[in-house]
Amino acid sequence: MAARRFPVEAGHVLAFTRALGGADPEGGLPADGDAAPPTFAIASAQFDPDYPLRPRPGAPWHGSGSDAGLVREGAGGLHAEQHFVYHRPVRVGDVLAATIRPGKEWEKQGRSGRLRFREQVTEFRDRAGELVVTARSVSVQRETP
Amino acid sequence: MSGLRAGDLTVGQTFETVIVEDLRRTQIVQYAGASGDYNPLHTDEIYATKIAGYPSVFAHGMLTMGLTGQAIAGLTGTENLLRFGVRFTAQVWPGDTLTVRTSVARIADGEDGPAAEFSVSTVNAEGREVMSGYAHARLAG
Repeated sequence: MAARRFPVEAGHVLAFTRALGGADPEGGLPADGDAAPPTFAIASAQFDPDYPLRPRPGAPWHGSGSDAGLVREGAGGLHAEQHFVYHRPVRVGDVLAATIRPGKEWEKQGRSGRLRFREQVTEFRDRAGELVVTARSVSVQRETP
Repeated sequence: MSGLRAGDLTVGQTFETVIVEDLRRTQIVQYAGASGDYNPLHTDEIYATKIAGYPSVFAHGMLTMGLTGQAIAGLTGTENLLRFGVRFTAQVWPGDTLTVRTSVARIADGEDGPAAEFSVSTVNAEGREVMSGYAHARLAG
């Protein structure tokens, strides 16, 4: 799934910039039209209704509580690569729509077993349908023998 | 708007920026909240150590990329970035201090005027590379 509607909100850009150690802008909030940090498109996860790495009401969560948590099967592996192509900067006030398509898959023999790499391409378009950012991520998972 | 001019750069020139000193778990949690990625490997010490078998929680790769991106954007101007891509090569742990080295690999004349290609390397205090990649940015003429 992907974020069908990803509004680039000033408060969200502020929180994201703070998490990256950035100082608050003059006036306290980014202004409409200000460029968001270069990796901000990743925060579209907040607007993906099915994003798996967020606890949700009524669904079990694998982190610790009264016990230490659970091993989660097929959690998607570790993030191996991330690439962004900027057709223009993401700006406060944009409303983007993301579409995801699978990319290449390949395997490699690692020191501790076979590694499976999976690519995913996400296109972010603005309200006019113009491409803003193309994101390509690669995840890696160890094959269980 | 910050930006670089083609005349300011030479191939091989390297910029060094410390992007985080003594990374705190709270900053990892702050990034989880802002990005929406609450993976307990990054946010839950008990899960990360007892269930997943790591020595502690570790930073999201995207936190390292985000910190590195801020340093590059500070150099080139966010508006001028054309491409930014990385491979994550080692984990980043609480307590780490990270430095980005951004080196001019190539200066080319693109369709929209001059552009620079930078190679990007983020290293920890032991000098181990935790992320490597590239960034392309438009330059002022």
